[in-house]
Amino acid sequence: MLAYVIRRLLLLVPVLVGVSVVSFALLQLVPGDPALILAGEEATEEVLTRIRQEYGLNRPLPVQFLAYLRHAVVGDLGVSIQSRQPVSTLLKQRFPFTLKLAFLAILVSAILGVVAGIIAATNRNSPLDIAALLGSLVGISLPIFWLGLLAILIFSVRLHWLPSGGSGSPAHLVMPALVLGAASSAVIARTTRASMLEVLRQDYVRTARAKGVSDRLVVYRHALGNAMIPILTVFGLEFGYNLGGAVLTETVFSLPGVGRLIVEGIFARDYPVVQGALLIVATTFVLVNLLTDVAYAYFDPRIRYS
Amino acid sequence: MSGGVIVGLFVLLAVLAPLLAPYEPLRGRVVDRLQGPSTEHWLGTDELGRDVLSRVLYGARISLQIQVAAVGLALLVGTALGVTAGYIGQWPDMVIMRLVDIMMAFPGIFLALAIIAALGTGLANVIVASAIFLVPQFARVVRGSVLTLKEMEFVTAARALGERDVTIVARYLLPNSLAPIIVQTTLRMATVLLTASGLSFLGLGVQPPSPEWGAMLSNARSYMITAPHVATVPGLAIMLVVLGFNLLGDGLRDSLDPRLRE
Repeated sequence: MLAYVIRRLLLLVPVLVGVSVVSFALLQLVPGDPALILAGEEATEEVLTRIRQEYGLNRPLPVQFLAYLRHAVVGDLGVSIQSRQPVSTLLKQRFPFTLKLAFLAILVSAILGVVAGIIAATNRNSPLDIAALLGSLVGISLPIFWLGLLAILIFSVRLHWLPSGGSGSPAHLVMPALVLGAASSAVIARTTRASMLEVLRQDYVRTARAKGVSDRLVVYRHALGNAMIPILTVFGLEFGYNLGGAVLTETVFSLPGVGRLIVEGIFARDYPVVQGALLIVATTFVLVNLLTDVAYAYFDPRIRYS
Repeated sequence: MSGGVIVGLFVLLAVLAPLLAPYEPLRGRVVDRLQGPSTEHWLGTDELGRDVLSRVLYGARISLQIQVAAVGLALLVGTALGVTAGYIGQWPDMVIMRLVDIMMAFPGIFLALAIIAALGTGLANVIVASAIFLVPQFARVVRGSVLTLKEMEFVTAARALGERDVTIVARYLLPNSLAPIIVQTTLRMATVLLTASGLSFLGLGVQPPSPEWGAMLSNARSYMITAPHVATVPGLAIMLVVLGFNLLGDGLRDSLDPRLRE
């Protein structure tokens, strides 16, 4: 087990390095002089020289990159051009919110998806099954931002049940979590159904049934446990997609998360913010995938030796 | 194969938009603004008095352009990478797979956002961003297919006959990989539409006054209370087209896959 974890951790390193390269390279790829971009259009020569000194923009690129890495590792991600606040402060304010949202969304979609998947699998080819399949197809085809707008239209504007934006109370998170989780529930439902169908065909299930075990016990005790294993991987992946989808959801519902931070940063050409947010989000995603893989290996020992 | 029907309809409408659209998509009379569906304007008008139906039709053109360009680009680059990684193996494989991992380390739309941040907004950059976003998936699929196929007997036979690697790839590996590639292409068309319209919705993609569906939805936000039809129609269009491609892709996968497994 430990060997597997170490192997996976080692594979992580080049990916994390790559991610930081991409984040670092962002500023360099933008057409124009980085110093001018950081300082603003009306900056004088003195300011430009000072910026070049501070950020070390005169040094060769690899040296700059190493400096960037060194700072990043201790949590110094630069200063926002717009607000003059340290990027890490901004991220500390906004990122936990997005994590909370993504987590809620995954929770909702896990419950909905698994239940729907089990119902579909145990009632194969019945109207319930077909409804579930169609529903999940529609679910993955829905644009998140449209679903969000529709939800606001129906639940805020017409019915006045829920607030249409902002944060502050649990009610504010209901629609965003549901909207964000919609596509994920569809994916989880499909995976659960496929996995359950696969497991229910197995010999040990047939044996259990032959022994006279009730259908319910067969599903919940014997089948579900083994079926969950591939579904776990999907949870991890979907959490990642939810991080991405959070960008759109936060924009529609005006939520104070890192998604909106990065969009605002792009509009304002506030590159330190964009770089920092990219770095943090990608690193989190990579770590989540690692955890999922490790959990998968824990539950399914066959994986450890591949 | 209802997916095929939807996709076919979409392509047809997109290509024929200039002939079918009753009005100019970019010109509107402000006095007509925000009207609901009527006999003159089948889907109503938007906040500047432009005919929604015409804008949706022209939007289909834009979406199709983006999809074809982005998927085409990703297909070329991804296949090249996948074949190199799968067929040659060793160092190129490791390097390419790490590159793929790095690209996939950015969840969802973030990679496209990063590229837009560096290159700026606009139709061309949306295509580039979407293409880069898709490359890892094509690379993986092609690599997987090549890895399986290169162990097969006809490849060994070809090598024994002295055929050059390039020939083997072109004549045997690629044609036999066609099935998963086609499935991926179809499904990714759906992904591109969602990504590109998402970017435009955020204001970071195709810019107004272009009638791109995502951008139309973004404009419609302010008018949701007074004129909900402006917000409903483009989103419905996106959903239906994505659904069409997903159905088509699933159908293709079901019909092509068993034959591939032989």
